[in-house]
Amino acid sequence: MSQDQALAEFLLRMGDNTLILGHRTSEWCGHGPALEEDIALANTALDLIGQTQMWLGLAAEVQGQGKTADDLAFLRDAWEFRNLLLVEMPNGDFGQTLMRQFLFDAWHVLQLRALTSSSDARVAAIAAKAVKEATYHLDRSAETVIGLGDGTEESHARMQAALYYLYPYVGEMFLSDAVDAALVEAGIAPDPASLRAEFDATLARVLGEATLTLPAARRARGGGRDGKMHTEHLGHLLTTMQWMQRAYPGATW
Amino acid sequence: MTDTQSNQPSLAQIWDWLDAVPDPEIPVISLVDLGIVRDVEWSDDGLIVTLTPTYSGCPATSVIRLDVKTALAAHGIDRLTIKTQIAPPWTTDWLSDKGRARLADYGIAPPSPAGGPDQCPRCASPKVTRVSQFGSTPCKAHWRCDACLEPFDYFKCI
Repeated sequence: MSQDQALAEFLLRMGDNTLILGHRTSEWCGHGPALEEDIALANTALDLIGQTQMWLGLAAEVQGQGKTADDLAFLRDAWEFRNLLLVEMPNGDFGQTLMRQFLFDAWHVLQLRALTSSSDARVAAIAAKAVKEATYHLDRSAETVIGLGDGTEESHARMQAALYYLYPYVGEMFLSDAVDAALVEAGIAPDPASLRAEFDATLARVLGEATLTLPAARRARGGGRDGKMHTEHLGHLLTTMQWMQRAYPGATW
Repeated sequence: MTDTQSNQPSLAQIWDWLDAVPDPEIPVISLVDLGIVRDVEWSDDGLIVTLTPTYSGCPATSVIRLDVKTALAAHGIDRLTIKTQIAPPWTTDWLSDKGRARLADYGIAPPSPAGGPDQCPRCASPKVTRVSQFGSTPCKAHWRCDACLEPFDYFKCI
């Protein structure tokens, strides 16, 4: 694998994470439990889609096949996506959506922070832009996880169930393969495993305050970031997200 | 210097023209006040204006490009390239003092390093409460005054 191939793969991973989570989050638009939360979810989705344009735009440029960010978003099928399984998990209730957001944000901030010193100036520039937004997302998702975890009996039980449901997908953030090795070697991206200690510290602090119990099992369910085995949920998401291009190929306006 | 170049409006003049282009979502301040015009320069191919986005997904970005093009075309500038630059990332530190004052007059609390507004932009009471970290546009949060009870927008500090 050439360094450019590894870089293109890495950029797909970054862009597909924000694209799929951005789309998932946008599914709440008009359905939030309160107007303020609806707006917050839509704003978060907007930031993520904005970041997607930068990551997938650069991925297309590095691939050098004349594609655009839109081509990559709308004209690939499930097995070509490189997002973490965590972000394709269904929204569930509001608590589960915010738990998923918190688990992602806690990793995303660390990943972006490390990428601001990437040896690739284009990657560093996108990370510097995105980390400001991600930090803001983490403030909100952590606060909401604490509020609902340490809330009523009902909200506590739902947040604990959400954590049990989503935690098996956390480990995938820290797996690595030949793509990661090539990027670490080139100084482009951090070794995923190197982010785990600080991630665990954030989780311990926030979940502790939220009076939630971290599941003991740390077995990682993978297959998203390398595209080997997505969950059934991704295909359903894509049929909605890509509907326009599937029904009217090449449509523009 | 060729004749064409000597007929070019000065860069200071162009900055003035851009300072008359309102932000599409917060029209009391200009694009220059907002700090998103990063550079203006003449090249052999005409004028180059470099813009930076506030938030990466801000939907106003394409409208802003169009507004810049339209405003400069009205002053006779037809050879224009608009570049987008994301580094260094936009920060609310780039808001002009004039822009901050206009935001406050308009009822939007300007960004504060403390992470929240100093006072209510309407009655100046320091007793304010956050309603939501997000507001009507990506760059704002939603607050309420506990004295006059009016809700208001706060320009997020990033």
